[in-house]
Amino acid sequence: MIRFENVTKVYARGARPALDRVSLDVERGEFVFLVGASGSGKSTFLRLVLREERASAGRVWVAGKELGTLSSWKVPHMRRRIGAVFQDFRLLPTKTVFENVAFALQVIGKPRHHILTTVPDVLEMVGLAGKEKRRPHELSGGEQQRVAIARAFVNRPDILLADEPTGNLDPTTSLGIMRLLDRINRTGTTVVMATHDDEIVDQMRKRVVELDTGSLVRDQSRGVYGSDR
Amino acid sequence: MRLRFIFSEIGIGLRRNLSMTISVILVTFVSLTFVGVASLLQTQIGKMKDDWYGKVEVAAYLCPSHSTAPTCAAGEVTPDQMTKIKAALEQPEVAPYIQQPIYFESKQDAYASFEKRFAGDFMASLATVDDMQASFRIKLADPTKYQVVADVLSGVQGVEQVQDQRQLFDRMFLIMDRATLLSGGLAAVMLLAAILLITTTIRLSALSRRRETGIMRLVGASNLFIELPFMLEGAIAATIGAALAVGALWAGVKYLVVDWLGSSVQWIPYVTTADLTRLAPLLVVIGILLAAISSVVTLNRYTRV
Repeated sequence: MIRFENVTKVYARGARPALDRVSLDVERGEFVFLVGASGSGKSTFLRLVLREERASAGRVWVAGKELGTLSSWKVPHMRRRIGAVFQDFRLLPTKTVFENVAFALQVIGKPRHHILTTVPDVLEMVGLAGKEKRRPHELSGGEQQRVAIARAFVNRPDILLADEPTGNLDPTTSLGIMRLLDRINRTGTTVVMATHDDEIVDQMRKRVVELDTGSLVRDQSRGVYGSDR
Repeated sequence: MRLRFIFSEIGIGLRRNLSMTISVILVTFVSLTFVGVASLLQTQIGKMKDDWYGKVEVAAYLCPSHSTAPTCAAGEVTPDQMTKIKAALEQPEVAPYIQQPIYFESKQDAYASFEKRFAGDFMASLATVDDMQASFRIKLADPTKYQVVADVLSGVQGVEQVQDQRQLFDRMFLIMDRATLLSGGLAAVMLLAAILLITTTIRLSALSRRRETGIMRLVGASNLFIELPFMLEGAIAATIGAALAVGALWAGVKYLVVDWLGSSVQWIPYVTTADLTRLAPLLVVIGILLAAISSVVTLNRYTRV
């Protein structure tokens, strides 16, 4: 599903590479934790998958497409197969919960009847049934993140990218979010989650990929957060 | 769904930047009005040339009794000289440029038309037939070929002066050309201001909706879908500006030119609202082009994938 082949990313000429010859394979349906200190290259990894950045060297495949040779007008279609959630939720404050989720379908031109049936389903799935008309500021952090996840998942993507989705949440709420991501993973969606949260990683016992200053230093199935623990 | 969504986005954008939208409308309005004025002035000049150049003549004034011109040293023009002048105009090199017959205006004829023109004027009543000047009135086949005739007649004994009536109009046309230039220059400056203003407006609009466009890119909206609302915002504002300009020009032509000038100075063929009808689509197209150019320049920088 995601394949990195000797991928290097250098942002500014002469600077230390943000990613340094990273090779990695993520199979369809896998759940992968991406761990490492700040600045280790986790976000760069996710940005390369979304093709918000292009690799300086090496090749990136996402859902069977080589992103280096993908023409830019095809990028939007590639992104429709990827959902993304972030630490800061990135919701639209002027739109209701329903509208926030529907927005993702509207802007890719989905028909109205499709939106009216799909959005309530996904809101039900993330546990927000009955809160469709609330606005983001009327919700708790955990609920806001559920809206963001609903938006990322509403188009049934093949891949869900999560960049520290629990970074702003307390441990109990985080656990709820993790259960939700796990459930999404069980539907066959590949999940890649960048995180600092050692408790969660240790509890979930999923594949752990560790980056350190741009290099891949550990790739362990059913791993824990710190390798030396 | 798509259309309704895009239009609601446009509505939000226009309302959010209402003052900017209004300024875009006004700047486009003023700039396109100047473009229109310049164009109408040129149309007016064209009409007057068509109308008048067909009527104007070259007048070869013959020597009166007391003239200081060297060709009039022999005193008033004699019948013999007149025959020679006529012959000169009928020679094969010149004849093709001249519409026959050549009209001869005698002193009596000149006096008659003078009296008719200034009937009731006291000073005019003092003039006599002998104060008038006889002339050949030569109509040219091609009004621009004046020089050919002038060359043949200048220096001929008995011709005091050759006058091209076209010159009388040329000064007026020069003034109108200058006015066109001025109006065109102002139009250029205003158009530039319009482009810059539209650019800024679109940029502000794009920045204020960065959150939305960011999410749109993230979930895979196409570039066109992301950029269209911004482009249409600019285009709508520019079109309203163009419509206002057309309206102002229409009012100007109708009330100022056709109704007012047309009734007070009647011998000039004026531009009409029909000319404006031809001009209007062009102005709207210019307005839309303005917006399109500004959008392309701005949006590539601010909403790119």
